Amino acid sequence: MLDKYGIAKRIAKELKDGFYVNLGIGIPTLVANYVPEDVEVILQSENGLLGIGPFPFEDDVDADLINAGKQTVTTTKGSSFFDSAMSFGMIRSQRVNLTVLGAMEVSQNGDIANWKIPGKMVKGMGGAMDLVASAENIIVAMMHSNKAGESKILKSCSLPLTGVACVKKVVTELAVLEIKDGKFHLIERAPGVSVEEIISKTEGELVVPDFVPEMEI
Amino acid sequence: MNKVVKNVEEALHGIEDNMTIMLGGFGLCGIPENSINGLIKKGVKNLTCISNNAGVDDFGIGLLLKTRQVKKMIASYVGENAEFERQLLSGELDVELIPQGTLATRCMATGYGMPAIYTPAGVGTEVAEGKETRIFDGKTYLMEMAFKSDFAIVKAWKGDTHGNLIFRATSRNFNPLMAMAGKITIVEVEELVPAGDLDPDMIHTPGIYVNRIFQGKDYEKRIEQITITQK
Repeated sequence: MLDKYGIAKRIAKELKDGFYVNLGIGIPTLVANYVPEDVEVILQSENGLLGIGPFPFEDDVDADLINAGKQTVTTTKGSSFFDSAMSFGMIRSQRVNLTVLGAMEVSQNGDIANWKIPGKMVKGMGGAMDLVASAENIIVAMMHSNKAGESKILKSCSLPLTGVACVKKVVTELAVLEIKDGKFHLIERAPGVSVEEIISKTEGELVVPDFVPEMEI
Repeated sequence: MNKVVKNVEEALHGIEDNMTIMLGGFGLCGIPENSINGLIKKGVKNLTCISNNAGVDDFGIGLLLKTRQVKKMIASYVGENAEFERQLLSGELDVELIPQGTLATRCMATGYGMPAIYTPAGVGTEVAEGKETRIFDGKTYLMEMAFKSDFAIVKAWKGDTHGNLIFRATSRNFNPLMAMAGKITIVEVEELVPAGDLDPDMIHTPGIYVNRIFQGKDYEKRIEQITITQK
C-alpha cells in the first residue's frame, strides 16, 4: 500500500518533458518533489504564476508571492506573473497540459466531487470546476476508501459534482485506475496489494485484466 | 486627470448600505487593507461583496463579517474562515459560490464591455442550475453574466496621479480585473508617484479605469501560511 508520498511519486511518472502542470492542494502539491531528473516541467499556480519554485528561505519570505494554497513560494528561472483571468484563460484554452487534483469521490463515468458536503462542509470550488471542465488530461490523487472503510471509487457520486465525465486516471494508495467507456480499468496495483483487495474496495464497475502489474515507484 | 484623493475616508465617499462592492486580492495577498478598515469605520451595512475569498477570522474581509456588515458574499473559496462557515451554515449570510475562473472572467467581461461570457466550468453541476447553456463544437458551455457593481476597491503596488497601476508578483491576481469592473473604482497603493514616473510599457491597468487613488499606509501584509525551506 502507498502512503501519500508514494501516490505523489507514482503520479510524477506521468509527467512529460515540456509539460505545463497545475497541481492542486494536498497530495498533488507533493508531486513537485518527485519530478524525474530528465524531465522539465513548469508548474502553474492559478493565482497568477507560471514557474513555481521551492518554499523560500526564512529571510526571503515575500507576502506578495504565494501559491494557490496560500503558501509562500519562490519563482523558478523564466517564471511569469499574470492576472486571474489570463490564468484561467490558459487553463480553458488547454495550454496547461496536465491537472492533478484531489477528490472526495470519483465515479466510473469520470465524474468528480470535491467541493462540498451539504450541511457540513462548504469550502467552495475555487478553481477546480474550471480546471476539470477544460483540462484534457486530469489525474486524481485520492484515497480508495474513506475513514469508515466505504469506497470512494463509485458507480455514481453521492456528493455535489465538481465536473462531469472528465477524470481519465485515478491514483490511490492501492491502485492506478483508468476510466474509459464508463468503467474503471485496473492498470497497476500498489506494492503488496492484491487484486482481490482492490476489487473489494471498489464500488464502481471495475475491469480487471488477467495480469495486473505491480507499480514501479 | 488628477485622480488623487487625500485619504481613505475621501476615497470611500458615496459607499452606502445595500451596495455591491468588489474587493481585490487572493486569500490575504493583495487585499486593500486600508479600505477594508475604512469600511468598518464607516459602518456601512448589508453589503454584497464580490471577492475570491472571505479573508480569515481576524483579517481581510473576515473583519467585515465579524461586524455583520456583509449581507451576501460572492466568492470561489471560503475555506479559511470559520466565522464565515458558521454564518453560512446557520443561514445568517447569503453566499453564492462560483468557479474561480468564472469569477475572474465575469470581471474581465465588465471591463471589456461585454455583457456575458461562455464557459464550460460548472456544466452538469449545481452551478449550472437555471443558467442558459449553448453548445459550441459539440461541447456545452454556460452563459455567465458580466458583473455589475457599485464600487470596486483594489490594491496596487505602484500607481501614479493619473491612476495608472502596476501590481507586484502574485498580489496582481483579481486586482486589475476588478479595477476594470467597478462603476467607480477606488485604488490604494503602496507607492503613489507623479504622472510620468512610471514607464508606460510597464503599466498593468491604464488610469482610464481608475476614479480615485490614494497613498495607503501601515500595510501589515499578513501571510496565511508561511512555508519555508530550512537552510
